[in-house]
Amino acid sequence: MSSHWHHFRVWRGDADGGELVDYPVEVNEGEVVLDIIHRLQQTEAQDLAVRWNCKAGKCGSCSAEINGRPRLMCMTRMSTFADDEVVTVTPLRTFPVIRDLVTDVGFNYVKAREVPSFEPPPGLAPGEYRMQQVDVERSQEFRKCIECYLCQNTCHVVRDHEENKPAFAGPRYLMRVAELEMHPLDVADRRSDVQDDLGLGYCNITKCCTEVCPEHIKITDNALIPMKERVVDRRFDPLVWLGDKIFRRTGS
Amino acid sequence: MTDVAKHMKSETVEQHEYDVVVIGAGGAGLRAAIEARLQGKRTAIISKSLFGKAHTVMAEGGCAAAMGNANPNDSWQVHYRDTMRGGKFLNNWRMAELHAKEAAERVWELETYGALFDRTKDGKISQRNFGGHTYPRLAHVGDRTGLEIIRTLQQKIVSLQQEDFRATGDYESYLRVFQECTITELFTTGSGPGAPEEQRRVAGCFGYFRDDGRFVRFDAPAIVLATGGVGKSYQVTSNSWEYTGDGHALALRAGATLINMEFLQFHPTGMVWPPSVKGILVTESVRGDGGVLRNSDGKRFMFDYIPDVFREQYATSEDEADRWYTDADNNRRPPELLPRDEVARAINSEVKAGRGSPHGGVFLDIASRKSPEEIQKRLPSMYHQFKELADVDITKEPMEVGPTCHYVMGGIEVDPDNGMSVVPGLFAAGECSGGMHGSNRLGGNSLSDLLVFGRRCGLGAAQYVDGLRARPAVAVDDVDAAVDRAMLPFSSATDGGENPFVVHLELQKTMHELVGIIRKADEMEMALKKLADIATRTRTVSVEGHREFNPGWHLALDLRNMLLVSLCVARAAVERQESRGGHTRDDFPAMDADWRHLLLVCSALGEDDVELVRREQVPMRADLFDLFELDELKKYYTGDELGEHRAGSSGQGNGA
Repeated sequence: MSSHWHHFRVWRGDADGGELVDYPVEVNEGEVVLDIIHRLQQTEAQDLAVRWNCKAGKCGSCSAEINGRPRLMCMTRMSTFADDEVVTVTPLRTFPVIRDLVTDVGFNYVKAREVPSFEPPPGLAPGEYRMQQVDVERSQEFRKCIECYLCQNTCHVVRDHEENKPAFAGPRYLMRVAELEMHPLDVADRRSDVQDDLGLGYCNITKCCTEVCPEHIKITDNALIPMKERVVDRRFDPLVWLGDKIFRRTGS
Repeated sequence: MTDVAKHMKSETVEQHEYDVVVIGAGGAGLRAAIEARLQGKRTAIISKSLFGKAHTVMAEGGCAAAMGNANPNDSWQVHYRDTMRGGKFLNNWRMAELHAKEAAERVWELETYGALFDRTKDGKISQRNFGGHTYPRLAHVGDRTGLEIIRTLQQKIVSLQQEDFRATGDYESYLRVFQECTITELFTTGSGPGAPEEQRRVAGCFGYFRDDGRFVRFDAPAIVLATGGVGKSYQVTSNSWEYTGDGHALALRAGATLINMEFLQFHPTGMVWPPSVKGILVTESVRGDGGVLRNSDGKRFMFDYIPDVFREQYATSEDEADRWYTDADNNRRPPELLPRDEVARAINSEVKAGRGSPHGGVFLDIASRKSPEEIQKRLPSMYHQFKELADVDITKEPMEVGPTCHYVMGGIEVDPDNGMSVVPGLFAAGECSGGMHGSNRLGGNSLSDLLVFGRRCGLGAAQYVDGLRARPAVAVDDVDAAVDRAMLPFSSATDGGENPFVVHLELQKTMHELVGIIRKADEMEMALKKLADIATRTRTVSVEGHREFNPGWHLALDLRNMLLVSLCVARAAVERQESRGGHTRDDFPAMDADWRHLLLVCSALGEDDVELVRREQVPMRADLFDLFELDELKKYYTGDELGEHRAGSSGQGNGA
């Protein structure tokens, strides 16, 4: 098995600050960036903090920025770098650093709670649900999401714009709204919530989220744009407008 | 020193009180927590990683439930029989019965939480074929069923929190998730020396938060363990870092018992190349959807490995096997779909005989069997996994696969109906509990197990709390001892202890090489000697630095659990002198009916030793026994045991 030495630079530090630390490290054939981080832990940096679980691109834990690009460390093969190319690994920029490569992703859990949940159709008992494959597939695409938060990290609305965070749920949770809206049996209407409370209007469809999605979900084209269209349909329908004026929305 | 002074001296320990604490946030833990909350209990969920990342996401193939959507002949009785056969009749039959009867309801319930399974033409939940299941039975979403189930349960918890918010103004008033938190001790009453056993009850637990290392205690009269498996004790495994046998070890140290620890499932198809992904799972759905196993001669070798007990149910020619995919009623199943233990042993034999693939596995071929479009549609994440990790296009070339440590059948001994262990207030569900799967688990029976027994444990815990007159109190001394134990790896550093990563690798190597897929008495005796040495080294492993997200410290504490569990596996594996399911003895290659009715029960002796006793199984209830034909039972049972069967009548009308 062939192996070589590679130049790694890993950000080490905590909320108070930190720096890039250089590590020469052995790389073997077939390895991914996460393997190298683990090798550093086992050798010279026992306390190097990193999140990971499945090591197969299914859990979305090991998100980081590799040479500036948001990626899963377990799905970034070392063979994609030239042998003399420096590999720089830094934590996700949009979330506060806890230590080294680990960030506080609590923002996402807060936003998850702001999306009105699935509302089952009344009068349909468990076991009586009937849906066509073609109809469930639209939402199924969004349910492939592994919640790696790379899209949340990349979106320029909140990346370097802390002030937008309270008003903007981010692509992952706007897509969650789309998923529920396209669920064949869900009975709730979230079009006002998504515009007023979750900040769909901030999105100007630059597709950065789609580009970094490791599941290749077409977030912008299949979720965000159709949601914008649905909101517009509702807002600019004169009858709906009149109805909203006369009967104020109750509950949510 | 007075208690007060001692307490002053010790670390600050964050304190919480709950009715029910669920340790583990995979399918079983989340389903248990949902049930406890629905029963009105204040419930905490403790997750070792981030909420929603649990190992359940790795489950690919599906969730077995006899809904009869794909074949109306399916029923709970057929599912029950398949499960018992798969486990070689060593299963806790009551658990297998409850599981077969309730799995369908639990799957349908997920749809009311918003789950979106793949559909049949008439709009019902689609079901796929899997090894050991008579009919297509696995509800699925492509090959990412586990992700769908974890996300659905996670989102149900969020929706319950939203309900609580509307009622109380606080999302976390009834259901709170403590994430990146590891539990290191359980507290019981009556645990001190000389305390009467009958006073022992769960009182709470202790742990630390991974991010900043602060300590936390939960005072709770009921604890549900749902911590999953033990695969990280092995070198080649499909399991994530979380699978360090925490629940198994916590239960042992709290006075509970483990059963069936000799039975480990080596999944037949793990990736074998590249080395960094060795062990990662290749779903059984590849075979369920038509994939076949070939050796280096291109031969479909599984036809040579059909054991006698399964001879009537499996095809003997490629033609018949291929016809089965379209006409299952008139043809027998392809042998690639034998239970996992059989397939894993067959692959092992082919590789040993020199007919393996270049990287020491065999070939799994779907490319020559299905169109590229079909493969990408049915097996999207496998396509993705091989493309991105191994640079192999599975629509064009075969995969290389070999056995990987995947699942532990053994676990905490529990009451089948409510999931309570022998320690009052301590419950267990999912992979960390034992009995349901006997000596070998069928694919698809894990996700359904999580749902059925997760719910039952949540209910059992709630009822147990209702029946208590007073809440057991946590002893201050126990908390101090827990702090000291957790800090030990730092104080050991001054004595020059070893790096935990080094000791861990040694443990993995020992278990892999000496208590692996094929076992021999002398090798296992050697393993026990090595484990005694590793025990000494584990006690003194040392870590550098601080408690903030320090992986060395985390591993040092997990290592203690892995060691205790490995001791149970090795001790039970030496004791059982037969081959059955996930326990294969080179020196005792046959299955022996005199061993079927015996359970090996482990309990802890101090910090790092175990005691093992034999216990008789409770005989199967008559009406369940009668679901099987006498001829089949003869292959598993002793003559004396068969006297209970409805001998004589042919048992028609049971389906088959």
